[in-house]
Amino acid sequence: MSTALLAAHQVSKRFGDFTAVDAVSLTLHAGEIHALLGENGAGKSTLVKMFYGSLQPTAGEILWRGAPLRVDNPAQARALGIAMVFQHFSLFEALTVSENIALALPPGPSLADLSARIEALSQDYGLPLTANQVVADLSVGERQRVEIIRCLLQEPAVLIMDEPTAVLTPQEADQLFDTLRRLAAEGCAILYISHRLAEVRALCHHATILRHGRVVADLDPAAETADSLAELMVGTSILAQDKSMSSTATDGLAVLAVRDLSVPADGPFGVALQHIDLTVKAGEIVAIAGIAGNGQSELFNTLSGECLSTPGAVTIDGQVCGDWPVSRRRALGAAFVPEERLGHGAVPDLPLSENVILTRHASDRDLARGGFVNSRAAAALARRVAAAFDVRKSRPDPEARALSGGNLQKFVIGRELDRAPRLLIVNQPTWGVDAGAAAVIRQALIALAADGAAVLMISQDLDEIFAVADRVAVIARGRLAPARPVTDISRRDIGLLMAGLPAQAAS
Amino acid sequence: MILTLERRPERSQWMAVLSPLLAVTLTAIVGAVIFAAQGIHPGRALYVYFIDPLTTSWSLEELAVKSSPLILIGVGLAVCFKAKVWNIGAEGQLTAGALAGAAVPILLPTFQSPPVLAVMIVLAIAGGALYGAIPALLKTRFGANEILTSLMLVYVAQLLLDWLVRGPWRDPNGFNFPQSAAFEGWQVLPHLGDGRLHLGIVFALVAAMVLSVVMDRTLKGFEIKVIGAAPRAGGFAGFSANRTVWFCFLLSGALAGVAGLCEVAGPSGHLQPVVSPGYGFTAIIVAFLGRLNPLGVVLAGVVLGLSYLGGEGAQIDLGVSDKTTQVFQGILLFFILACDTLILYRLRWRAAAARG
Repeated sequence: MSTALLAAHQVSKRFGDFTAVDAVSLTLHAGEIHALLGENGAGKSTLVKMFYGSLQPTAGEILWRGAPLRVDNPAQARALGIAMVFQHFSLFEALTVSENIALALPPGPSLADLSARIEALSQDYGLPLTANQVVADLSVGERQRVEIIRCLLQEPAVLIMDEPTAVLTPQEADQLFDTLRRLAAEGCAILYISHRLAEVRALCHHATILRHGRVVADLDPAAETADSLAELMVGTSILAQDKSMSSTATDGLAVLAVRDLSVPADGPFGVALQHIDLTVKAGEIVAIAGIAGNGQSELFNTLSGECLSTPGAVTIDGQVCGDWPVSRRRALGAAFVPEERLGHGAVPDLPLSENVILTRHASDRDLARGGFVNSRAAAALARRVAAAFDVRKSRPDPEARALSGGNLQKFVIGRELDRAPRLLIVNQPTWGVDAGAAAVIRQALIALAADGAAVLMISQDLDEIFAVADRVAVIARGRLAPARPVTDISRRDIGLLMAGLPAQAAS
Repeated sequence: MILTLERRPERSQWMAVLSPLLAVTLTAIVGAVIFAAQGIHPGRALYVYFIDPLTTSWSLEELAVKSSPLILIGVGLAVCFKAKVWNIGAEGQLTAGALAGAAVPILLPTFQSPPVLAVMIVLAIAGGALYGAIPALLKTRFGANEILTSLMLVYVAQLLLDWLVRGPWRDPNGFNFPQSAAFEGWQVLPHLGDGRLHLGIVFALVAAMVLSVVMDRTLKGFEIKVIGAAPRAGGFAGFSANRTVWFCFLLSGALAGVAGLCEVAGPSGHLQPVVSPGYGFTAIIVAFLGRLNPLGVVLAGVVLGLSYLGGEGAQIDLGVSDKTTQVFQGILLFFILACDTLILYRLRWRAAAARG
């Protein structure tokens, strides 16, 4: 751990008046796993993009093996030996593993040679891949392996990984950590971006913590607690969720009942829902855990009424409504928050005062009477939601696109909570949301259930599920395992279920 | 230094107003250059084109006559385009409306009483709407691209008209000219004043006002905006994309049908092989120049009406080809779409060195 491979020296990046990265210094040594920690918007991605050549610093310099370096584009970075695995994969689903990898490499070896190398390398690093498999058939974890192998084929000196475990099961994550440790032992420097503190403490030798574009700490994560790291990231000690107010009654009435719900897959890359059974009672929060792309969106759309099912499959508050459209389900007292904020939960180009009408026009007679929209009532409602959930905005009534992710999510959830719904179904409530807003949102979900509403929360975040939910059910490949109390199931079992394996009976 | 586009955090409100004005100015500049290249003094040419028609009461009336079909069709297309329903076939729906309405005076020349005009208008509405229903059905039922189907149906309608006026509907006393018998009495649109100005302008202004209220104040207008801006959010709100496609095509088809009837029962007074100088296509420009806002479309309709009128004047005074009008209209659409970029993006000079 001596040679400094890649370093940033007082690097700043400004976009107009906004300083995304402010005089940051960081040194990556050979053989080191270096964590870059920070909330959403802390400047992690901007910094990394300057290493990878997608952005150029406004001030300061990047050093490569001690000498100043200009990285004009990612191709140049790759030629130097800097490789990056992005959070969002760039794979063609209809092509095979080796075809996808061949596209990223300079032309040369035949596909057969390449396939042999891919399989050998992937075996060697414990990331087994079949070279002629079509990417569409791979799980998210396997797709990530393709991205990693694609990088390793170029024998990088520096490997940058952007939130690699966000899409993995705990078991897959463990396997990834083994691979990363081995790479580090071979002399590769790894820059590991994450906000999962436990894994950073277990894996990384060194951590640089960013907040608002500045370095706030440079430390050895193993010597810290998860709480102290979180405090450095967020700036204040974050609110622990207070579940004491949640009702302990488990004999509430079933507000949502799903019985033997099956929906065929929509298109070749969709997921079919198979025989789903689920009950959510008044006063409880039920979570659905699972890796993205295992039927969560399909389940959400079927429960909201954007997709219809057989009538008897969905019952809301005693009313059979599987073939009812979304507005009629809302009239039963149900409220929905989809995963995508922009373009699904809200219209990017419309101001907040019009976005409130989106989900409220059928349930609030005041908003649309006789076919006419009452814009004054809509504006008042938008103000009320923004005030109740502390939605920060630059103008009184901005377009939805102008809000940050956390503020828009607070608005989209607040819009539904303002109705005091009997049933709330929310998909990924704090996805891409900063820690402060996430705490507000989780507390609001707990409060809603305490008031006697039923809450169904689809989430990929196990920490969130254990902090908020009363019961958890795991979805894998369109099948839902029976829900169990969170006090009664281990993370390990959830991990096994997420991977589509049966949980071990005695855990 | 290089010029780059930088995304704005929010849509610029004043660029939204300024962009059509900028487009008209740039069109005038490019037009002046084209005239200069032809050896015509650009100042005189622009005067003939854009100022001269505004100087006499006769030409002002004529401007209203030319603008009313553009406004009538343009407001319908504005609603379509707001929903991102691309009806390019208003010219065909106009022709279909003209044919349906003209069937009454041609087949029943003796039907002469006050209701006859109302019957003709209802038939024109039905004809235009039904012709618009074809691409709507093909899109909602089979997923066929409405740009192609609506455009191709224009030529079908025009050939049908051509065959009718040369064949079954030809005036038996018309010396074999390809045109129908002249409409008479109650079958002709009432004139306003003593010129050629007719009831069409009233229809156009009423349609613009009604649609302005619909788009700004009603849930239907909100639905159209949402489906156009974010279809998934529309589905989440409980709105149906297919229903919106139907609504838009039936509405814009009906309005184009009325415009077609106003042409044949107004200025010309009979069917000819060609009933419109491309109003249905020019109205696409009108809709965009009017920022897809029904009241903006009224202003834009006058501007494009002026380009027709100026084109006629230029043919006489300057001896340029009648194609000049189409060149002007094409340049204008180009600049409108280009200038609209500035609503979401701003131009920035950036040091070229920054990118090496």
